Amino acid sequence: MKLKRNTGFLGGLFALVATTVVTTGIEVNSQSTPTVKIDGSSTVYPVTEAVAEEFQNAKAGAIQVTVGVSGTGGGFKKFCSGEESVQTDISNASRPIKPEEEEACKAAGIEFIELPIAYDALTVVVNPANPVNSMTVGELKTMWEKAAEGTITKWNQINPSWPDAPLTLYGPGADSGTFDYFVEEILGKDNDIRSDFTPSEDDNVLVQGVSRDPNALGYFGFAYYEENQDQLKAIAIDPGDGTPVLPSGETVNNGTYTPLSRPIYIYINKASLAKPEVKEFVDFYLQNAPTLVQEVAYIPLPTEDYEKAIERLQNAETGRVPLREGL
Amino acid sequence: MLISDNLKEVRTQVQRRQLANGIFAMIGLLTILVALIILLGLTLQLLIQGAPRLSWDFFTSFPSRKPEQAGILSAWVGTSLVMLVTALAAVPLGIAAGIYLEEYARKNWVADIIEINVTNLAGVPSIVYGLLALGLFVYQFKLGESIQTAGLTLALLILPIVIVTTREALRAVPNSLREAAYALGATKWQTIWDHVLPCGLGSIMTGVIVALSRAIGETAPVITIGALTFIAFLPDSPLNQEFPYLPLTGSFPWINFEQLFGWLGAAFTVMPIQMFNWVSRPNPEFQLNAAAAGTVLIAMTLVMNGMAIYLRFLFRRGVKW
Repeated sequence: MKLKRNTGFLGGLFALVATTVVTTGIEVNSQSTPTVKIDGSSTVYPVTEAVAEEFQNAKAGAIQVTVGVSGTGGGFKKFCSGEESVQTDISNASRPIKPEEEEACKAAGIEFIELPIAYDALTVVVNPANPVNSMTVGELKTMWEKAAEGTITKWNQINPSWPDAPLTLYGPGADSGTFDYFVEEILGKDNDIRSDFTPSEDDNVLVQGVSRDPNALGYFGFAYYEENQDQLKAIAIDPGDGTPVLPSGETVNNGTYTPLSRPIYIYINKASLAKPEVKEFVDFYLQNAPTLVQEVAYIPLPTEDYEKAIERLQNAETGRVPLREGL
Repeated sequence: MLISDNLKEVRTQVQRRQLANGIFAMIGLLTILVALIILLGLTLQLLIQGAPRLSWDFFTSFPSRKPEQAGILSAWVGTSLVMLVTALAAVPLGIAAGIYLEEYARKNWVADIIEINVTNLAGVPSIVYGLLALGLFVYQFKLGESIQTAGLTLALLILPIVIVTTREALRAVPNSLREAAYALGATKWQTIWDHVLPCGLGSIMTGVIVALSRAIGETAPVITIGALTFIAFLPDSPLNQEFPYLPLTGSFPWINFEQLFGWLGAAFTVMPIQMFNWVSRPNPEFQLNAAAAGTVLIAMTLVMNGMAIYLRFLFRRGVKW
């Protein structure tokens, strides 16, 4: 029995040594390293991650940045929380703050500065073998609304000039902000979406679905289209005036690609701005947004808007106020 | 005549049953083979896909938006530290509870209720533990969105498994051993500590490690309590960079506890979160990173399971009854 106890002890020792090895390989960061806490939307995440990465490189570890992904709503919940250990300095949002979230912020005594940082263009895509090049918002509605469930099953049922082929639909799942936005813009506020389509929270699944099926149609963020252009064809969207528009940096910026382009935002806790690290990070964010946004395949705002955003930051203007019409 | 007829009938019946037996064995073997081949295929695909990214740099780099520069340093350190806290919390508590329930508790309705609850808790979905931990550890005890919170959350998750395996291990120790110890005048605690526990230790360790390998792959509860996705720094080291490495201070109590335990309160991410983030990226090159991270995660689990098998072998070697 004595020997067996020793082996148990050895096991414990092994664990201890392993952890020591783990922890000693670690660079020592002093306890007081200033940290910028960010959380929120997964759509905004790639932009903020790129900025955080560059910022930390530039600061050589003097300032730490953490980014979480709890969704726009989950992010605001933390941002407006009265609990200090949960509160974030900056919240990523793929939509403007809702009135009830504003209420929560007010109740916790938190004032925020809203800064639009880029555009995300929802892109409707089909297989490159599909002859369809454009569609109207009305046709998209006919295709996706609840009434189409089980009845609209062929392309030519929507538009007689389209192929006589079965229609397979791919779209984000109901938990996604992209889903909410699409339903609201295309189907209208009180309309329901049909349920006989293939949903996935992972946009890469949608990309694969559409790229393998010549009769498929799907929609997702512009970045996923841009990275997979060789396998997909973007559909030009006609907002109803007879001129279909393809998504691109230019058409989003001049406002002709409607209604499927949306601005994405960061929200900054005004009290946090008093901390030099947060101020420095947000300044860095706005200065580098035009290049970094493009690098992660999002669409940057016009230069004037970034200038206006910098101005708003300097004046510390709070509240949900559109920077200009449409933002 | 009658007997030989009967014999014939019995023979054909036996043959038929043997045939059925053989067919069933074949079906069973086939099922296992299909399952194993699919599993092996998936793992191999992951390994082949991820192999080009598995380099030293991959383990020592932080996440990045550039796929070829991105690594899993913060993720594997986070996972290791969370697992350490989980083990330190769940193992002593779980084994102690198991000993109490098996050796001390009176068999009455209270024990029954505890038993039913423990067994039920083992089947509760992990997200429920995440929500419980968010309310209890984060908001009530104010432990923060930190390694300690994640460790304790996963400890709650595996506690029922540890308790149940401990009880089963102790139940398997023959009563004659206990009686022999009592006969020589040992107290109850001496009997348990010196004889029953060492005999059951192999099975207990196996249970503990299997439970830990379940915890290592958990994502939902860890996200719920606020694990991060992008973090490009590591928790503070409890040790100094120079000799004698120990976190000492000039005055009483001479140990810098803040430095020694500071990492417990640090922000973190874990392997499954990092992997999921890469899988959902638009850039196809991130899929390679995800596959490589998956390979590392599978290797971590395999090593833990291997340890369980080895420990069981080690502890069972000398035990015969």
